[in-house]
Amino acid sequence: MQAEWVWGLAGGLIIGIAAVMFLLINGRIMGASGIVGEVVDGSNRPRRAENMAFIAGLIGVPALASLMFAKGDTHLGAALPLVILAGLLVGAGTRLANGCTSGHGVCGMSRLSLRGIVATVFYLLGGGLAVLVFRHILGVI
Amino acid sequence: MQRIVFAALSGGLFGAGLFLSGMTDTRKVQGWLDIFGQWDPTLAFVLGGAILPMAIAWRITAKMGRARLGDAFPPPPEPKLGHNLVIGSTLFGFGWGIAGLCPGPAVASLSYGGLGGLIFLLAMMAGMLGTPALRARIDRLAA
Repeated sequence: MQAEWVWGLAGGLIIGIAAVMFLLINGRIMGASGIVGEVVDGSNRPRRAENMAFIAGLIGVPALASLMFAKGDTHLGAALPLVILAGLLVGAGTRLANGCTSGHGVCGMSRLSLRGIVATVFYLLGGGLAVLVFRHILGVI
Repeated sequence: MQRIVFAALSGGLFGAGLFLSGMTDTRKVQGWLDIFGQWDPTLAFVLGGAILPMAIAWRITAKMGRARLGDAFPPPPEPKLGHNLVIGSTLFGFGWGIAGLCPGPAVASLSYGGLGGLIFLLAMMAGMLGTPALRARIDRLAA
């Protein structure tokens, strides 16, 4: 349990290196919601193959890691209607804001982008409020 | 072809980092957001660890001029914040708190996230498809 921050830091550094690679080699911001969103809504056709390759890696490596090392588990506990509500909010919110934890949080904040910092403040506030309401007041998550 | 290979490598590394850091575990994410309960600081280390190499990389971009495969680097972000940034981020955060998944981990955990994870992912994609209509409505209200 004590070592969890070490795994967090190590995993974080790897996430950062992935973003560095995508920026310095492909010249792009590594934003998960943008990459998935462009594939889903069919925008930015020239980048479609590249986006699909990114998603294939993003699914494939954790799948292998889960098979070979430690079985992955999301421990997703929320009831199905809440899961659907959450998914809708995450999808619409990130596209409306043009970014999520990776795009605004990692890539934006690291270049001291005001938009990235403001987005991060508001999604942390929204997340904190949701856990307060749904866990401590309603007791459903 | 090179672009596709490096995109897959970046995605794979991103997935490895998410898996290793515990970001695909909704309990850790909700623990980080639970400032009134058993607060779990792990996510701060994940975010800090990810920002560090990127902060260096942004400095390198100034010297490189262009990305390795020839593209121009992403331009500096617009200084304008706009209501959609604030509204969208708040909605996203709210959903993030309810389920404990954001877009990267939702995709990364597809192989072991079970039916719930798949339903979250499909709902997220539906939300993305509905965004242009939502944006038009919000812009009309804000005008």
